Amino acid sequence: MPDTRRSAASDGSIFVFLEQTDGIMEEVSLEVLGEARRLADRQGVSVTGMVLGENVGGLAKDAASRGADVVLVGESPLLKDFATEAYLKVMLPNIRDRRPDAVLMGATRNGTALAAGLAVRIGAGLMAHVIDLEIESGTGVLLGSVPGFGGSIVAVCKCKGRPQMATVRPGIFKPLPANGSNPGVIESVPVDLRSEDVKCRIMQRSVRRSEDISRAERMVIAGLGCKDNLSLPRRLAEALGAGFGVSRPLADKGLAPKDLVVGSTGYSINAKLAVVIGVSGAAHFVSGIRDAETVIAINSDSSALIFNHADYCAKGDLFKIVPELIAAVEASGAKGA
Amino acid sequence: MKSIVCVKVTPKVEQIKFDEARKTVTREGVENEINDADKNALEMALQLKERHGGTVVVLSMGPPSFESHLKLAIAMGADDAILLSDRSFGGADTYATSRVLAAAIKRMAPYDVVLCGEASADGSTEQTPPSIAEWLQVPGIMYANSIELQGNRVLAKKSIAGGYETVEAETPLLASVELGCNSPRFPDFRRKRWAEKEFKLTVWNMQDLGFSPTEVGLGGSLTEVKELRNMSSRKRRGELIGGDSKEVAARLGQIIRSVGG
Repeated sequence: MPDTRRSAASDGSIFVFLEQTDGIMEEVSLEVLGEARRLADRQGVSVTGMVLGENVGGLAKDAASRGADVVLVGESPLLKDFATEAYLKVMLPNIRDRRPDAVLMGATRNGTALAAGLAVRIGAGLMAHVIDLEIESGTGVLLGSVPGFGGSIVAVCKCKGRPQMATVRPGIFKPLPANGSNPGVIESVPVDLRSEDVKCRIMQRSVRRSEDISRAERMVIAGLGCKDNLSLPRRLAEALGAGFGVSRPLADKGLAPKDLVVGSTGYSINAKLAVVIGVSGAAHFVSGIRDAETVIAINSDSSALIFNHADYCAKGDLFKIVPELIAAVEASGAKGA
Repeated sequence: MKSIVCVKVTPKVEQIKFDEARKTVTREGVENEINDADKNALEMALQLKERHGGTVVVLSMGPPSFESHLKLAIAMGADDAILLSDRSFGGADTYATSRVLAAAIKRMAPYDVVLCGEASADGSTEQTPPSIAEWLQVPGIMYANSIELQGNRVLAKKSIAGGYETVEAETPLLASVELGCNSPRFPDFRRKRWAEKEFKLTVWNMQDLGFSPTEVGLGGSLTEVKELRNMSSRKRRGELIGGDSKEVAARLGQIIRSVGG
């Protein structure tokens, strides 16, 4: 029975931090919310979401129709942009008062920083970047699958005490569709902030909304073997109507933004088709293409490790094969096929 | 100015093997090295020292065998190194690890900046730097790739999803440093010899930091590992596509059409 597993310090509910950036809800927050709903239904408990920002009432409404029983809303100009210390200050009293059994959030950069700060402040165990959540039979304890060692080994972890905390890797769970007949309750929470609570002030910001490669149906991924010239793989991506990604070293060299990195230090892809060009195939990269349905590897180095992780292996001069492939794809009109 | 750089000595991830029968990680014969991102943090600290003077102290937690790695950091240019070493520290999760590191940093106060790598190659939780910032109650700037110092004011450029932000904060502060944001220097040959022969590493144990066994290591951790599982790669066809470039491209085109996506 759920009541026997709860410590006195918990009300059994699941608390989800809902992250927004520039007034847009992070997709992973809705994914976490959907998974929280599934876990809560099994345990017969409620789900509380929390959204912080400025003019975020619309986001709260959406979250309430996608799995939250209650959505707490904290609004202030000082919460418009993410600021760890200020966000923590608003969240803390709400977590303390509500005593949730579990606190979940997306493993974004901001989510990770916030979760780590919160865990220290409230003395809670925190499982990082989980790729699966389940309830331990008998005890009702939350089990989180935490990838490590470049993504090749997973540790199934649990927290001691309450609340149990986890950050969830983006792209793992499916969000629930909006359910207009189940609108949930939206509650405003008090926000007592002063400007000095924002300890890192944003002076300048440059953001280019790039494609979310973890959700692309097709992907072309370039590695160091492409040398410094990414125009070939980019052209192939365009011809295929595919997303474009890179292995970490290319981003480290400044040849591509970090948001395009595939692997354990970047994104995992879920594509039906991944064409991997000039990538050597180190473990931390391979973990990023594990969920791709079909992998085609093109590499000039016939002994490249990537060929052990590909369905179709083209061992040959990529600078000759790729232009021919672009021509073949363009000729057949395979884009979007 | 005084910079403290937290470094982790990690096993080379590609050499780690999973023992299917015992469900454990085999570390025998696996080489250790300073975590890559932590080398970037050290390089950033050394560059700050070159511009503003002061000292760079390297801080790590682990067994006495890590001494040689810390001496390498000294050879790269760090002024001092402290190893937090005690059997009771073993098995720590990020909560217990950050608690011990923060206690050591407090003991080293005053300091201006604490730098850490953005993530470790083995655990990759990215949780330790923001956790230390919370224990220290100092501003935390995560994924910084450059830092400028003007008095007690810091301007840092940091990576965010889709771009970057420039943020301003005041010292003392903690920053996690982005992997690959600079090129860590090689150890200086003469410093290396000095570090190996004459440099004396400072070692602090649990008593030095005033902890009890229930507060550190496995006992002080708030998470526990129930079991380890191998994430074996998905079975792939491994079909070789032969022929000249034109033939290979034509066959790949066919495959792409057949799998759709």
